[in-house]
Amino acid sequence: MTEFPQLSLHVPEPAVRPGGQPDFSNVNIAKAGSVPRPSVDAAPEDIRDLAYSIIRVLNRDGEAVGPWAGLLSDEELLTGLKHMMKLRAFDARMLMAQRQGKTSFYMQHLGEEAVSCAFRKALKKGDMNFPTYRQAGLLIADDYPMVEMMNQIFSNENDPLRGRQLPIMYSSKEHGFFTISGNLATQYVQAVGWAMASAIKNDTKIAAAWIGDGSTAESDFHSALVFASTYKAPVILNIVNNQWAISTFQGIARGGSGTFAARGLGFGIPALRVDGNDYLAVYAVSHWAAERARRNLGPTLIEYVTYRVGAHSTSDDPSAYRPKTESEAWPLGDPVLRLKKHLIVKGVWSEERHVQAEAEILDEVIQAQKQAEAHGTLHAGGKPSVRDIFEGVYAEMPPHIRRQRQKAGY
Amino acid sequence: MARMTMIEAVRSAMDVSMERDDDVVVFGEDVGYFGGVFRCTQGLQAKYGKTRCFDAPISESGIVGTAIGMAAYGLKPCVEIQFADYMYPAYDQITQEAARIRYRSNGDFTCPIVLRMPTGGGIFGGQTHSQSPEALFTHVCGLKVVVPSNPYDAKGLLIASIEDPDPVMFLEPKRLYNGPFDGHHEKPVTPWSKHDLGEVPEGHYSIPIGKAEIRRQGSAVTVIAYGTMVHVALAAAEEMGIDAEVIDLRSLLPLDLDTIVQSVTKTGRCVVVHEATLTSGYGAELAALVQEHCFYHLEAPIVRVTGWDTPYPHAQEWDYFPGPGRVGRALAEVMEA
Repeated sequence: MTEFPQLSLHVPEPAVRPGGQPDFSNVNIAKAGSVPRPSVDAAPEDIRDLAYSIIRVLNRDGEAVGPWAGLLSDEELLTGLKHMMKLRAFDARMLMAQRQGKTSFYMQHLGEEAVSCAFRKALKKGDMNFPTYRQAGLLIADDYPMVEMMNQIFSNENDPLRGRQLPIMYSSKEHGFFTISGNLATQYVQAVGWAMASAIKNDTKIAAAWIGDGSTAESDFHSALVFASTYKAPVILNIVNNQWAISTFQGIARGGSGTFAARGLGFGIPALRVDGNDYLAVYAVSHWAAERARRNLGPTLIEYVTYRVGAHSTSDDPSAYRPKTESEAWPLGDPVLRLKKHLIVKGVWSEERHVQAEAEILDEVIQAQKQAEAHGTLHAGGKPSVRDIFEGVYAEMPPHIRRQRQKAGY
Repeated sequence: MARMTMIEAVRSAMDVSMERDDDVVVFGEDVGYFGGVFRCTQGLQAKYGKTRCFDAPISESGIVGTAIGMAAYGLKPCVEIQFADYMYPAYDQITQEAARIRYRSNGDFTCPIVLRMPTGGGIFGGQTHSQSPEALFTHVCGLKVVVPSNPYDAKGLLIASIEDPDPVMFLEPKRLYNGPFDGHHEKPVTPWSKHDLGEVPEGHYSIPIGKAEIRRQGSAVTVIAYGTMVHVALAAAEEMGIDAEVIDLRSLLPLDLDTIVQSVTKTGRCVVVHEATLTSGYGAELAALVQEHCFYHLEAPIVRVTGWDTPYPHAQEWDYFPGPGRVGRALAEVMEA
């Protein structure tokens, strides 16, 4: 016998499983307006609390309150609302298109629309995002044509990526949207490199890195924080904490750290935690981080606290691992409804106009879909050429690939 | 012209490239102030400043990942992995990112990076300072793979690699850094200053990627080699008195198949030599290609002389390293067949 007991392995579990009653009582939510707004040159050690709280602007009554409020005009907020509605409508149509067999795969943003849509407005032309597969709001909010997105999703003859990529793995240099990879977290450190390059060239552009809660466990997350910290790269390090990594609850990736934001503190990177379902708060916080980066004050880490309302992907069924009604119990609500309420409270929006806008947006999405489908869907109509398999592996096609292309009959 | 070691030639290539193009940046572990553990970047930080040549944290995936981001911005990073044996943490970035960015984005983004990495054995480096992982790169579409065997080629190929629009894995046989090595470890090493290929132009020149060089004309058997094994093969041919034609591939991907096919068609015999382990090594690809393209000219089975299918040992260095004895015996074997 030793003086110590037998060891046992700790494996975290979510509070509730299917069949259980959703319970978010353990989620500590700060009152809207209660978190201070430090100056952008604040030292990370002086704002440690911000990594453990939640910055929020919109209160229960739909009013914008506190020091992070007041950055956006009514006009800008109305545009923001429409971006989120458009992303939601786009998702719904593409989800249906997948069920109809027009594409093999889709991933929606339901509940997370505010994060990417509001963030995009804090960037300028020329800045570069390194997104994951769940930030299409960056494209929508930058007015990237929906038809192009659908052409990619349908892998049709007009697919900008020539049928080579899985649906939703968009790429648009022009719109500051780096080519999406299936390999998680790789882009996080690339964003830091892009930002370092901008600094090396004494440019004024900044980069934004994106990652989900689950992927923060990947080693590239840590590499990115080390490099961002060492070289004070002008990068915004975004973590979208939607509580779930497919079936795995965020506690598995977070472990003993209080919050994902708190990971930044150990690297000396200022870290903010924000209500990801609050368009105004997301914008205010991203704007703060962007200004820090532009003033050469270095990186900022932001954790967006949100909830993945939809399934992980069209290949996933969340009822197998979490209560069906969990999203309804999510205490931060729905980003679209919250901004809508705010604009109605301000007297610049109404239920009627909202219904009308929904119809107009749906029409716009359907029109785009018709245009895209005229160029084919995965199993019908126009397709990229077989030649396109062989092009673009290298700048110039080497002889061995040319031989293979000829063998394929092209 | 100047006399240069391979180290000096590699350094000169980066110097010339940095001088000509402000977008070329050099970084890696110990690469900045100190000038690299092999001295390959000595003086570059002093000459070009800390933002062009700098030290990196010990994180291979960080080094390669940030280089990819820099390339996406428009820079031309030429980064160092201290030993090829330590590229594995970056393998995800190399194979899933660098190699595929042009293809998956349909040219929207590209990745003109160079990864320099000292490679190969023959230096009592043991398991993690001796590996030859080239087959792990040649199997990846979208990469280019280059292995020089002398200072002249090292400089010309490195400049070409830096100027290349695609990612290049630049494997530097560290056994050749200071002088040619034919596997005769019992003899004193000759420095590059006594070798013709130690004569290197000081300014800009490049050697096209994808072109092999015939180091010894011969008619009896074709030896396909690269890196240190080129010198071993030359020694073996002389010692055995076999009129071998020795091809120095220089570039493994893309491969100069024409030079190989021409030679084997002429000789009718082929020996493939590399330090890397046998099974699924690059030699398997070479043997398959020769078989496919030269079948009716072959007068003997293709023979491969390689490292054994074991991790690279320490004490048994010279029983592992395919020296002139083993290569010579293989030459004799194919001549008898």
